[in-house]
Amino acid sequence: MASETSCFTTEPPTAPAAAAGGLNFNDTELTLRLPGESRKSGAKRRFSGVTDLKLGENDRSDTECSGVTESPSSKEQVVGWPPVRSHRKNMTKRDCKYVKVAVDGAPYLRKVDLEFYSGYQQLLCAFEDLFSCFTIINVTGDVLNERKLMDPVNGMEYVPTYEDKDGDWMLVGDVPWKMFVESCKRIRLMKNSEAINGSGINHRQLYLFT
Amino acid sequence: MAYSFPEEVLEHVFSFLASQKDRNAVSLVCKTWYEMERWCRKRIFVGNCYAVNPRIMIRRFPEVKSVELKGKPHFADFNLVPEGWGGCVYPWIVEIARGYPWLEEIRLKRMVVTDESLELISKSFKNFKVLILSSCEGFSTDGLAAIAANCRNLRVLDLRECEVEELSGHWLSHFPDSFTSLESLNMACLSYEVSFSALERLVSRSSNLKTLRLNRNVPIEKLSILLQRAPQLVDFGTGAYSSEIRSDTYSSLAEAFSGCKKLKSLSGFWDVVPAYLPAVYSVCSQLTSLNLSYATTQSPDLSKILGQCHNLQRLVVLDYIEDTGLDTVAMSCKDLRELVVFPSDPFVADANVLLTEQGLVSVSEGCSKLQSVLYFCRQMSNSALISISKNRPNLTCFRCCILEPRAPDYLTFEPLDVGFGSIVENCKQLTRLSMSGLLTDRVFEYIGTHAKKLDMLSIAFAGDSDLGLHHVLSGCESLRKLEIRDCPFGDKALLANTSKLETMRSLWMSSCSVSFGACKLLGQKMPRLNVEVIDERENLDSIAEDAHVEKVYIYRTVSGQRPDMPDFVRTMGKDNHEVYNLS
Repeated sequence: MASETSCFTTEPPTAPAAAAGGLNFNDTELTLRLPGESRKSGAKRRFSGVTDLKLGENDRSDTECSGVTESPSSKEQVVGWPPVRSHRKNMTKRDCKYVKVAVDGAPYLRKVDLEFYSGYQQLLCAFEDLFSCFTIINVTGDVLNERKLMDPVNGMEYVPTYEDKDGDWMLVGDVPWKMFVESCKRIRLMKNSEAINGSGINHRQLYLFT
Repeated sequence: MAYSFPEEVLEHVFSFLASQKDRNAVSLVCKTWYEMERWCRKRIFVGNCYAVNPRIMIRRFPEVKSVELKGKPHFADFNLVPEGWGGCVYPWIVEIARGYPWLEEIRLKRMVVTDESLELISKSFKNFKVLILSSCEGFSTDGLAAIAANCRNLRVLDLRECEVEELSGHWLSHFPDSFTSLESLNMACLSYEVSFSALERLVSRSSNLKTLRLNRNVPIEKLSILLQRAPQLVDFGTGAYSSEIRSDTYSSLAEAFSGCKKLKSLSGFWDVVPAYLPAVYSVCSQLTSLNLSYATTQSPDLSKILGQCHNLQRLVVLDYIEDTGLDTVAMSCKDLRELVVFPSDPFVADANVLLTEQGLVSVSEGCSKLQSVLYFCRQMSNSALISISKNRPNLTCFRCCILEPRAPDYLTFEPLDVGFGSIVENCKQLTRLSMSGLLTDRVFEYIGTHAKKLDMLSIAFAGDSDLGLHHVLSGCESLRKLEIRDCPFGDKALLANTSKLETMRSLWMSSCSVSFGACKLLGQKMPRLNVEVIDERENLDSIAEDAHVEKVYIYRTVSGQRPDMPDFVRTMGKDNHEVYNLS
């Protein structure tokens, strides 16, 4: 196995292909990846929870995040290998994750398949479609958890919230999308007055969870 | 006594010659035949757009109606060719627009096609009928809108696996209401939603429509509407084949499919919900081609369909089919000619599915007409390869990709030389071969000795020394395309076989041991070869002669150096003042 580097004896590795050679990868090799970025799905290849949390203002350097190792079942990727075109790169079965969506004041609930969406923006758009009375408004514009849904007819604002695996009601948008999909059990679009006044969840209390 | 057939007779006889190879041969017989043939050649195929320039082509063949061009090397499909390398079709379109105003067909593969090019096409050829873009990029839906709006006689618009910048879904609406000549529309590679009502109207008024391949965005609920409008379809590609199962959707779909008596080919099936698959059962026995490679569904569901496809000739699936599914194919699809099995999860070392070499062996036993194989798997053995070669000596294309580079025979831990050797020895008609796994110089000796009809060979992570490459270059008489990556092949084999390179269309070598010096020497020695070094490092001018190039692409040409090289591409061994020969 060690002799595969004979191609490259006179040269320091240049292209990624040269460096990787496809073999001899060290199972504990550190990789630099952005938090939450994973090309794969499936339990055996998840990163540990540490790197997936966005920790607000804290500026974690890449080297700290790279303390997470990849599971040994994933491969060090060689450029252009295996020879599949990019649109075929990941054809693993798409799991379905249907969750109920309740809107305060609506007579019945809806269901959405969270795996169908690739991010919060699409999910909010789906709410707009499902509950056609809503439009998305940006309060501050940048921070996702400031986006709300509004019913232009009565001027009511609705805050998207969800129940997580621990049974706690959380504000939608704090954690990376994939983590949200994994932990969300059901969704409730809560009237903003309720959310602020404390009969729902308190924005201030929320930050204690993160 | 000089006598010959009158021109009209010769022309009539030549009109039966379809293959370019035959026409090329005919043109070499004598001057009269050369002249006759060139005036009546209607179709041109240029396998490497840099091998010839369009003016030469137009001067020799003035009456061409159909042009086919290929651009980037094959390994561009796997991101080995850097962005900006070339292959832009625009200069060709400019010349062709001038030289062939009555051109009807353009087929392009792996070329950069800009909106400008598409607009020029749409405005230059009054009788334009066929546009096929295969693995092309560089254009947007604006270009498609131009084609739709201006090509009044368009019959075929086929976008195969192209990368399209999608600015809007409205391009389809640019086909005028008076436009009714469409026979084939393939927009499977697009992701934006097109207006369904525009699509429905287009399908309704195109009574000659035979091929319709939708994109993922067309929901399953709408399929039956389209199928009812076009029951004459021969080739149909669904959109996303998923939704919550509803009996009315299902029954309209099943009924619509059963109305398609001429349907022979099915594809699409993105995000498939297995409960909807039985809707196609009524057409299974008619199908000759089935592409389920986007259907992430389990083997039992696949087997239920395949068990009914008794006339299937071409099957493309994911490895979800597993060995058991391939056993079903072996038993039920006795007319199978081509099998393609793609990996569902190529970057995982552990197998996620039960697909092994056994599935392929099984199909090779059961399907006596099997000619073409592309098979991705995680393990292979010499004994399996030997069995396959003995079962199917009629194989013409064998591409076997073991996902782990340099993987040995999983039973004996030996190299797979003997197995692949058996393939080339027994399959005497083999024209295309891709190998993988642990391979020494020995396999190349077998190839050089036996693979006399081999036209295209792809090698990766194989061999021990230059001797391997030398065996191939000196032994494979019919070889025209050779692509190599990550092999210890270097200067010696190249420089010992320079004249062979001129008989080939192209040679690609990346991450091998070819030096700058050897490339220069080769370029100097062979004026009709372009030896293009692709190297993205800085300071290329000061790099040592014996340093290895990152990538080299060697191709024969009558056009000299190409004028559109980016800074990371150099033609070696040519004088700098040589200009692109336009005359």
